[in-house]
Amino acid sequence: MAVADAQFPPPKVLTYPASAPPSLITQGAEGRLYKTTHLVPGRPCALKYRPPKPYRHPTLDARLTKARISSEAKVLERCWREGVPVPAVYAMDPAAGWMMMEWIEGIPVRVGINEWLGERPEDGAEISSSSQETDQTPLVDLMKRIGTAIGALHKTGVVHGDLTTSNMMLRPTRGGQVDGCAGDEDKARVVEGDVVLIDFGLATQSMADEDRAVDLYVLERAFASTHPRAEKLFAAVLQSYKETFKKAPSVLIKLEDVRMRGRKRSMLG
Amino acid sequence: MGIDITKKKRRIALGCEGSANKLGIGVILHEGDLTTPTSTVLSNVRHTFVSPPGTGFLPKDTAHHHRSFFVRTAKQALSDANITLAEIDCISYTRGPGMGAPLTSVAIAARTLALLWDKPLVGVNHCVGHIEMGRAITGADHPVVLYVSGGNTQVIAYAEQRYRIFGETLDIAVGNCLDRFARALAISNDPAPGYNIEQLAKHGGRVLLDLPYAVKGMDCSFSGILTRAEELAAQMKAGGGKGPDGEPFTGADLCFSLQETVFAMLVEITERAMAHVGSNQVLIVGGVGCNERLQEMMGLMAADRGGSVYATDERFCIDNGIMIAHAGLLAYETGFRTPIEESTCTQRFRTDEVLVKWRK
Repeated sequence: MAVADAQFPPPKVLTYPASAPPSLITQGAEGRLYKTTHLVPGRPCALKYRPPKPYRHPTLDARLTKARISSEAKVLERCWREGVPVPAVYAMDPAAGWMMMEWIEGIPVRVGINEWLGERPEDGAEISSSSQETDQTPLVDLMKRIGTAIGALHKTGVVHGDLTTSNMMLRPTRGGQVDGCAGDEDKARVVEGDVVLIDFGLATQSMADEDRAVDLYVLERAFASTHPRAEKLFAAVLQSYKETFKKAPSVLIKLEDVRMRGRKRSMLG
Repeated sequence: MGIDITKKKRRIALGCEGSANKLGIGVILHEGDLTTPTSTVLSNVRHTFVSPPGTGFLPKDTAHHHRSFFVRTAKQALSDANITLAEIDCISYTRGPGMGAPLTSVAIAARTLALLWDKPLVGVNHCVGHIEMGRAITGADHPVVLYVSGGNTQVIAYAEQRYRIFGETLDIAVGNCLDRFARALAISNDPAPGYNIEQLAKHGGRVLLDLPYAVKGMDCSFSGILTRAEELAAQMKAGGGKGPDGEPFTGADLCFSLQETVFAMLVEITERAMAHVGSNQVLIVGGVGCNERLQEMMGLMAADRGGSVYATDERFCIDNGIMIAHAGLLAYETGFRTPIEESTCTQRFRTDEVLVKWRK
């Protein structure tokens, strides 16, 4: 990505002298994510920048960039206030297309699950919660924490729009080690930590069962394609979602519908 | 029919297309072995049903048009191609998707030719026809495809013998949005409403009027934009429409704003699909793909990603018989046939239903 990086000038906020030089973390279709610090050297932060799109009419580009940064910040703010595990917003300039957020330590949930599965090749091709119940407990626990986080999110009237295991972080628990059986401790650590939801670029405020069900369906599909061996454990996500969120039953009924028709309909315009 | 098609050096197909208001008949030639065939267009004849300004084409009238013009179009295609009937290996026709009555008319005509000349029949998915023709003409090898026409809006990429749909419209097609907007301003349908909007838009652009922008992930929606554009057109006609600068806006400004908005949406969902599949080639097919402003915007996006855009002109972008001949022949070469008793057509036929046996 070095070439692309050189092509785009960094946002102005990153050209000010800072104690931590900003580094580009990822570049998506929409924008770029940098790691830098906010106000003091000891406070790492993530900076999301949406560069102008040369193909778009300048008026439309300015309108979209501004609306998207504000709406993402608004959604994060709402979640954070309601206690949903998301990064806190530190600063933003919607017109300039950037927003600074709390830096979430840890690894993406995707990486944690894959490391857990990768370390257990002897377990065979597929993993189910029933067969190796004791063995899979840490992974099932993670599934439950994911369900709880999504339940909390939906309770606040927000749908994420792009739930995948890449858009969830596993933040190391503060205060360190809880109980843990010796020996398995290291292995279990890869799926330990608080689940924090990130990347709200496609999030919207919605209370509709349909939107919530689609949110779950997108995650279910992403989960099946990213972690086919652990597909059966997805039920644990829905179980804890149900326990966290009072309106879950009607969402889960809707989820059946969404699954039936798929996201795609047979269409003629 | 004792000839082994896989050993033949020259293979020829005649294709019949009539899923919307264009009746197209074309003849294509494939030469060389099956793994690296070269394609040559022998003829590509089209006759378009044009309805009066302010109206759209109705299925009944369109089907009548296709029936009336089929014989002379077919004769023209054969004489342009300068081949004998014996040289034709198969007859391809559009199985769908499209409008029921026009599809049926052309399917019956294709079936008649197959029986009359004793040739095998191959039913073709219209969308796959567009994609394969675009690939053959531009040489794009593994592109993300934006398929935009009056009936379809899809972002497609190939994976494991299927053209997979990554994003699509949630309601009407982008071309349908443009066509219907043209009716609101009584813009001529000759040669095509989209073409006339494009020309008119070149005179607009003093202001960009605020229209809804509806992208949801890799999908998009156009019905809300159409409603708003129609409202603005009505305001303008009543003499009360003012732009963001307080000055009255014109029909050209409306055309400009509509194009800028809907094309930005299309480019955005295409870019997202490109990032998703890790491709930097993009191929635009379908009637709306002729629009030079869309091609320009797509080019700017692709250049930004270090890639390039592939597009064709109206001969291949707009519905035509040659693409049906080409895609039909590709399928025929892998052994695919449509038995006469199964030679139906259907209004709903998704791009990803077709097994693409001719690609790895």
